[in-house]
Amino acid sequence: MCHQSVGLVSRAIESKGVPTLSMTSARSITASANPPRAAFTDFPLGHTCGPPDRQVEQRSIMRDALALFETMDRPGIVDLGYAWPAPWKEAALRPEDHRTPRHDTPQYQNRDDREAAVAAYGVGIACRAGAPGEIPRC
Amino acid sequence: MAESDRRPIDYIAVTRETYTRLGYRPYRWALNEDPPSWATLGKPLSEARLGLIASGGIYRHGQVAFTHRDDVTHREIPTDVDSAELRVTHFAFDPAAARRDPNVVFPIDTLRSLVAEGTVGELAPLALTFMGGIYSQRRLASDLIPVLVDRVLELELDAVLLVPV
Repeated sequence: MCHQSVGLVSRAIESKGVPTLSMTSARSITASANPPRAAFTDFPLGHTCGPPDRQVEQRSIMRDALALFETMDRPGIVDLGYAWPAPWKEAALRPEDHRTPRHDTPQYQNRDDREAAVAAYGVGIACRAGAPGEIPRC
Repeated sequence: MAESDRRPIDYIAVTRETYTRLGYRPYRWALNEDPPSWATLGKPLSEARLGLIASGGIYRHGQVAFTHRDDVTHREIPTDVDSAELRVTHFAFDPAAARRDPNVVFPIDTLRSLVAEGTVGELAPLALTFMGGIYSQRRLASDLIPVLVDRVLELELDAVLLVPV
C-alpha cells in the first residue's frame, strides 16, 4: 500500500514538472502504479534504503539510486543489483496477515512521544480520533 | 541460490492469496497503464536542491503521530534533525530496523553525507512524511496528494526522492 501511495504521489509531482525518483522493494506494486523513475532494492519490506547501521552500503545504494536522475531517459524501474542475505523470501511469500490493528488514533512509538505531543498540542489534537464520536484511546 | 531467491516477490499476488484465505475481497491496486509524465533535471545532481518524501510513518518526537487508518495528513521534519529524535509508526511492516536506524526508510544521515561529499547540491530545509498504508486511493488523491504537490512547489525543489516501505 505504501508503495502504491508513493507511486501515485510521484506521478502527481512529476506532472507538475519536478523530476521524481521512487525507491521500491515491491516491484509489482510499483510497476502497477507506474511512476516515472524507480530504483529497485530486493530487500525485505521495511528496509528500502538498505540494512540498518550499515552506513557505507546505505550511501552506495543512495548514490546509485540518485544517479538515475541523470542517466534515465525514459520511465522505468531499474534494479540496483543489491541482494539481501538469503533466506528471507520463503517467509515473505507465505500468505499471512502481519498487519496490526488499524487504530484511528495517533499511534506513538514511545510513551514519552505521546506526552511531548500532548504538551505541545493538547490532548484533543495529540490523541484525536480520525472519526467523529470516537473515544481517544492513544 | 534457489531460483525463487532471485525473483522479486510479487506482493500483489501474495496479498491476493492472503486476502482470499481471510475471506476478504481482493484489493483493487492502482493500475496506471498510461505512461507517467516525464520531467528532466535541468542541472547536475551536484547542483540540485533535493527533496525527500517518505511514507513509512516517520514523525519527530514532539509531533503528533500518525493514525493507522487511512491517515491522509503529513508531517514536516527539518532536514537538520537529529536522527535520534525520529520515530516510526506503521501497521503493515515490521518497524524494528527502522526504529534502530531510521535511515533504512528515511535516509536523512545518508543524504546529508552525500551533500557533504558533493554528490548532491543541497537538501530542502524540510522533508515531508506520511503513513503510506492508505487503502483509499480516492482520499489519497483528494486530501493528501494536492497538499504534497503544493509543498514541493513551495519548497522550490529541483528533484524529489520518495521512499516507501
